[in-house]
Amino acid sequence: MAAQMKRNTFWSWLWVAIGVAYFFVPLIATFDFSLRAKKGVLSFLAYERVFNDPAFWKTFIFSLEMGVVTILFSILLVVPTAYWIRLRLPQLRVMVEFITMLPFVIPAIVLVFGLIRVFSGGPFYLTNTAMGTNTLLVAAYTVLTLPYMFRSVDTGLAAIDVRSLTEAAQSLGAGWGTILFKIIFPNLRVAILSGAFLTLATVIGEFTIASFLVGINAFGPYMSLIGQNKTYESSSLAIISFLMTWAFLGIMQLLNRGKSADGLAGAR
Amino acid sequence: MAFLTLTNVSKMFGSASAVEDFNLDVEKGEFVSFLGPSGCGKTTTLRMIAGFELPTSGAVSLGGEDITYKSPNQRNVGMVFQSYALFPNMTIGQNIGFGLQVRKTSKDEIKKRVGDMLSLVHLEQHIDKYPYQLSGGQQQRIALARALAFSPQVLLLDEPLSALDAKIRVELRLEIRRIQQAMGITTVYVTHDQEEALSLSDRVVVMSQGRMEQVGTPAQIYNYPSTEFVAQFVGQLNLLPVSDVDVAQASCLVGGQTVHFDHSSVKMLSEKPRLAIRPEELQIGEGDGRNMLKGRVDSVMFLGAVVRLRVEVGGAKFSADLFNERSMTLPRAGDEVLISFPVHACWLM
Repeated sequence: MAAQMKRNTFWSWLWVAIGVAYFFVPLIATFDFSLRAKKGVLSFLAYERVFNDPAFWKTFIFSLEMGVVTILFSILLVVPTAYWIRLRLPQLRVMVEFITMLPFVIPAIVLVFGLIRVFSGGPFYLTNTAMGTNTLLVAAYTVLTLPYMFRSVDTGLAAIDVRSLTEAAQSLGAGWGTILFKIIFPNLRVAILSGAFLTLATVIGEFTIASFLVGINAFGPYMSLIGQNKTYESSSLAIISFLMTWAFLGIMQLLNRGKSADGLAGAR
Repeated sequence: MAFLTLTNVSKMFGSASAVEDFNLDVEKGEFVSFLGPSGCGKTTTLRMIAGFELPTSGAVSLGGEDITYKSPNQRNVGMVFQSYALFPNMTIGQNIGFGLQVRKTSKDEIKKRVGDMLSLVHLEQHIDKYPYQLSGGQQQRIALARALAFSPQVLLLDEPLSALDAKIRVELRLEIRRIQQAMGITTVYVTHDQEEALSLSDRVVVMSQGRMEQVGTPAQIYNYPSTEFVAQFVGQLNLLPVSDVDVAQASCLVGGQTVHFDHSSVKMLSEKPRLAIRPEELQIGEGDGRNMLKGRVDSVMFLGAVVRLRVEVGGAKFSADLFNERSMTLPRAGDEVLISFPVHACWLM
């Protein structure tokens, strides 16, 4: 029995080692390459060049701003929608879930072409101004990240007794605005933040839509340009992108752990 | 004039009737329970009073004002839910003060009122805790305090004790009644537990399949059930086949032996009448009842405070409930016994 268990443990660890190697070996190789910008010695020269490049900060901050605006718009769109479907229109659930899955199916190039075709001409002319193209960019990102935000929020709503909380608030005299902002949003804090970080990670690295609408003003196209011209810097950018994504995921994990410690009161 | 009135209230969900022709007047300060099995329409009726469901027809009025189509947040009605529905993101103090905050009450007044409510439910030391830190019974007391904090006109409770264990349920229902009487608040209570309904209420409305079966005091409902459903749903009941009914003599045969029944039940005879009698009305041996039947003990069940005997009388099976006594000698299965009971204890249905 003990020998059998030892064998099972060995195979489990072997497969874990193979999986870790499959994932980390290319990363380690990329990281190693990024340290070789200075001939004959390992250094962070490539990283220094990236962080000293004004274009890096300009494009990163631009994409960050677009990410934050996308998150705010998504929250205001998705949270009330998901809430209302749970509360009053459960029969629409299947259709809405289908719609939120469409961004996985429709390629980004199709989305951006559609947006340009519809909104570049009259009566909108949105591509004539920076504000207009930025608005289109946010709209495109909102669609692109809809599956992540909707799923996060919907999962959060499933964990709370939305109907009883709403009715309790109504019986106490609250209107819809108070219910949404004082009861629903605070109880979806963790779910919203999870969706927000997934949205931000997607927006920061997105290439197709950004390159058609704003060109190299965004971080995704900037990374692509660097990749074509500067080998060591492109490797360092890849590592920086990974680190940023892991940081977002780490924050999400910390927040989710906080949620399970709080617990949700009430009889089920 | 009644304080809360439901007039010809009906509710349809599609083609299914959930509540049919419900009429009730509730006086100010009265405690009324809606009692019935699952699906009888009691919660739907409560939700129509609260405003969470719109009646298909009929009207609801409160304090002389028609509130049938008023939104729930404008009715000034406090509600306690089965699932407590405390707001997880707020402390106990914030939960209780929520209704007052919505009404733009001053901070000082909110603080005072929250303190008063916590004293009422004896949970003063928990003001800064969150709901998940309290037990089920404590959470339900906080839910009650929250529903009362803003001085509603009516208190509605939807099976508030169902999620609690038996001992806590008994303690808490006494608390609810004490608080209700102290505040003199008109209360409507929904439950499927007859002990709760009978012990708490000034009046009980027994419901079945969306209709009111009977309205009356707990004693009236229990001792003088007007329909077979009420007789069987509330308390235990023996229902025995009879033959040779003599209306003039108010007598019949049960298991081949003569039984005299309550004469006033004669006017309510159905096509196939049966003799109804509560198990606790039966005595074993020669009692002071006029009716005395010979039978054989079928089974004996010791239930603690009560001993339940099943006695066969010529094919008819009686259940008799006796109060347990330490010195009691219990009959055994197969023993021949006499069952006696007074005339007024039994009636024909």
